[in-house]
Amino acid sequence: MADLLWLIPALPLAGFLVILVLGRRLGEPGAGVVATLATASSFLVVAATYFDLLGRPEEERNLVLRVFEWVPVGSLKVDMALAADPLSIAMALFVTGISSLIHLYAIGYMKGDPKFPKFFMYLNLFVFSMLMLVMGENLLVTFLGWEGVGACSYFLISFWHDRESAATAGKKAFVTNRVGDWGMMVAMFLAFSAVGTLSYGAINHAAEKGQIAAVTATGIALMLLVAACGKSAQLPLYLWLPDAMEGPTPVSALIHAATMVTSGVFLLTRMAPVLDAAHPWATDVIAVVGAATALFAATIAVAQTDIKKVLAYSTVSQLGFMFLAIGSGAYVAAVFHMITHAFFKALLFLGSGSVIHGMHHEQDMRRMGALRKVMPITGFTFIIGWLAIAGVPPFAGFWSKDEILLYAFANNRALWAVGMVTALLTAYYMTRQVVMVFFGEARWHDAAAAHGAHGDHSHEGEPHESPWVMTAPLVVLAALSVVGGGMQLPFSKSTHWLEHWLAPVVHGAEADIKGTWAYDNKWWLLVLAILVASAGIAASIAVYSRGRARPIEPTVLADGWRYDSLVSAVVGGPGRAAFQAVADADAGIVDGAVNGTGRVVLSLSGLVRRTQTGFVRGYAAIVGAGAVLVLAWFLLRGWT
Amino acid sequence: MIAAVVPTTTWYLVLAAVLFGIGTLGVMVRRNPLVMFMSIELMLNAVNLSFVALASRLGDINGQVVVFFVLVVAAAEVVVGLGIIVSIMRRRASVTADDLADLRG
Amino acid sequence: MALFVFVCSAAMILVGALGVVTRSNPVHAALSLVLTLFGVAVTFVALQAHFLAAVQVIVYAGAIVVLFLFVIMLLGVDRAENLRIEPLRVQRPLAFVVSTGVAAVVIAAIVRARDSLADPSRGLAPTGADAHDANVREIAREIFSSNTFAFELTSVLLLVAVVGTVLLARRQRSPGAGHPVRP
Repeated sequence: MADLLWLIPALPLAGFLVILVLGRRLGEPGAGVVATLATASSFLVVAATYFDLLGRPEEERNLVLRVFEWVPVGSLKVDMALAADPLSIAMALFVTGISSLIHLYAIGYMKGDPKFPKFFMYLNLFVFSMLMLVMGENLLVTFLGWEGVGACSYFLISFWHDRESAATAGKKAFVTNRVGDWGMMVAMFLAFSAVGTLSYGAINHAAEKGQIAAVTATGIALMLLVAACGKSAQLPLYLWLPDAMEGPTPVSALIHAATMVTSGVFLLTRMAPVLDAAHPWATDVIAVVGAATALFAATIAVAQTDIKKVLAYSTVSQLGFMFLAIGSGAYVAAVFHMITHAFFKALLFLGSGSVIHGMHHEQDMRRMGALRKVMPITGFTFIIGWLAIAGVPPFAGFWSKDEILLYAFANNRALWAVGMVTALLTAYYMTRQVVMVFFGEARWHDAAAAHGAHGDHSHEGEPHESPWVMTAPLVVLAALSVVGGGMQLPFSKSTHWLEHWLAPVVHGAEADIKGTWAYDNKWWLLVLAILVASAGIAASIAVYSRGRARPIEPTVLADGWRYDSLVSAVVGGPGRAAFQAVADADAGIVDGAVNGTGRVVLSLSGLVRRTQTGFVRGYAAIVGAGAVLVLAWFLLRGWT
Repeated sequence: MIAAVVPTTTWYLVLAAVLFGIGTLGVMVRRNPLVMFMSIELMLNAVNLSFVALASRLGDINGQVVVFFVLVVAAAEVVVGLGIIVSIMRRRASVTADDLADLRG
Repeated sequence: MALFVFVCSAAMILVGALGVVTRSNPVHAALSLVLTLFGVAVTFVALQAHFLAAVQVIVYAGAIVVLFLFVIMLLGVDRAENLRIEPLRVQRPLAFVVSTGVAAVVIAAIVRARDSLADPSRGLAPTGADAHDANVREIAREIFSSNTFAFELTSVLLLVAVVGTVLLARRQRSPGAGHPVRP
């Protein structure tokens, strides 16, 4: 099975190449079918590998395939190698699985788009990069995938590139990610200087054995945090994610909900032993960043009117939860929440895409309402997603969020409190969204009449349910959101299936909370979480459905605490001055030195040029003089 | 008594050296291309003279063989050189070496 | 006797050489060159190089100088060159220095080595009975046995020189070429 590991990233890569060459000929929906089949077959190979790993004893669940020697430079020897261990296969499973569903969905969503094949080409390239990221055996292969997903994110966000806002959003995403990439590179340098290799196995092994100094490990941890903040949209680098909603909805679902944004969480989990070997305050920083981001984004989501922006800020907030988990030492909980979040967030995004598609590209929630009657499947699945994210048992989100809060309480009660407030707000704004879109009065009649009056042929402008290619993935994801919590139930040790599965990877670094007050009283905390979620839902229904209180949606929240303008002011003002100074220094000093050398040579040669008079007699005289001197030297040399 | 003084090889070689010097002077001072060429012939003759003198001193016939070849090559050189001079001076008859100064910096 | 021959030939050589360098009329310079070549030929005879003396006269004085005179007459460059002016001011002093320098250095070397050159010329005495063409025989033996390759090469060289010069000196028939000056 180890020999076939290369198939996992190779199949989407093959899909990319096929569509690159034959895209125009395949057209609609051929290109989409090819892309979906490529991803789905990769999923099958991952599933086969999973079952293979299951059949092995716990110590042997680490398959490595060395494809070729990539960078043999001096003492740095890096191979292009893929590793299949519990963490990477868990990631690969949901990456390929959800990707396949979203590919299928996109066949329906992108129907009629003139650049249909190109979309699927980029999607397949993205899946390839993401698989390289998670299945990499060393930091450099992961970095290859890291950069790849960043590039594909840029391509796909600015897919409708003739829209100014889309192009700008793509650039913003790329540049912000670059800051994170700097962090990853410094982390790689540090790891290499400490251990002498970039391979995960060697680095984690050295960290476990205590061979990495705490200072170095802290440095690596903080740099990885910077990288993760960029990719997973945490403070202060989160601002690209809301703008990234300019891309088509399948892109938002795949990249900015389920897969790419989880790379940061994955990376930190991958390097868990190193985080464990660092100073304790490093993981505290991670937890604080996560909690702060979660609360920050939740407050903004409360005031958004665009259906996708709510979900975007919600993603930032949920990722904050995952970082809080990692900072509290709960790696298993982080991965658990990552998986369940992938299910229900993809579901919510695809559902919103279905709504947008059905509403003929209307995205403002204030012009929607009572859509569950017109789009029943979308509405039903969306409601399941809502219940999952709000933290209502027995849906998936409840179990994973509760696990995180448990470990957070054991680590730091203040952060737990922040987490609880965020959970409350999550329930509140998600309920708000569901009520505004699917319940209440229908506010889309005017827009529909306008559409009908313009002779819009599709159902006289009325919203309609989406075709089966779009609703089938919704159903599958809804089912997963219902049962997904089953992989890590807190009832007893034997139901901690995910924890057992991931044990070889994180056992050393996982916080042991047995014996803490939190562990002993976890049932009370569970009940408290249910109460908080119910309170949020009830409050939201009271405001938006029954109209019992006025909605609190201050502009400062809608503007995202004006963080964007702050960044623009800093970078545009003093930032730009600094950049200009550096550029001038480069032009002046570096270019000046080079050009100066040229000028010196020119002037010297201008002087030398004057000896070329063109007079043959003059040349003869000089040659003669030289000959005399040479002869004289020979004569004097032997004058003994 | 004065007839007993026999010119030694040294004398011939000194004569050749002087002839060579005069030839060099002619190349550098004269501007007419043909006269410059003739001065080069003087230098070649000086060399021939030295070869023959030394061949005589050392009893080796190869010195004279070399002179033979030098003569042949000098003839070929003169032919080609005069061909060049003819093709240049066809334009204007009063071209001097100083006028052919186009290859300058 | 040998001394007398030497003095005469040296005089011929030096007078002819100075004539080449100082006569402003090219035709006079060519005739001075002939004088020098004759002097050299006489010296060759004194040094037992009879064949070479003959070849010198026939080839050098008889063919090469004639060629010079043909060209001078053909192109009409027999106008005298004005030797008083010298456009490159540093040229004349430099030329004097260089030529005296060359001669001086070589003479110094020769004088240094005069002891090893001290034997009066032994001469290449004839070795066999057929003494009257011994020189030619010896030269021929050398050329056609150990220097055959050089001999062949020089014949090729002559061929190339002839062909090349014919091509070089051909009148161009292309339009726009300068009018050839009629002598």
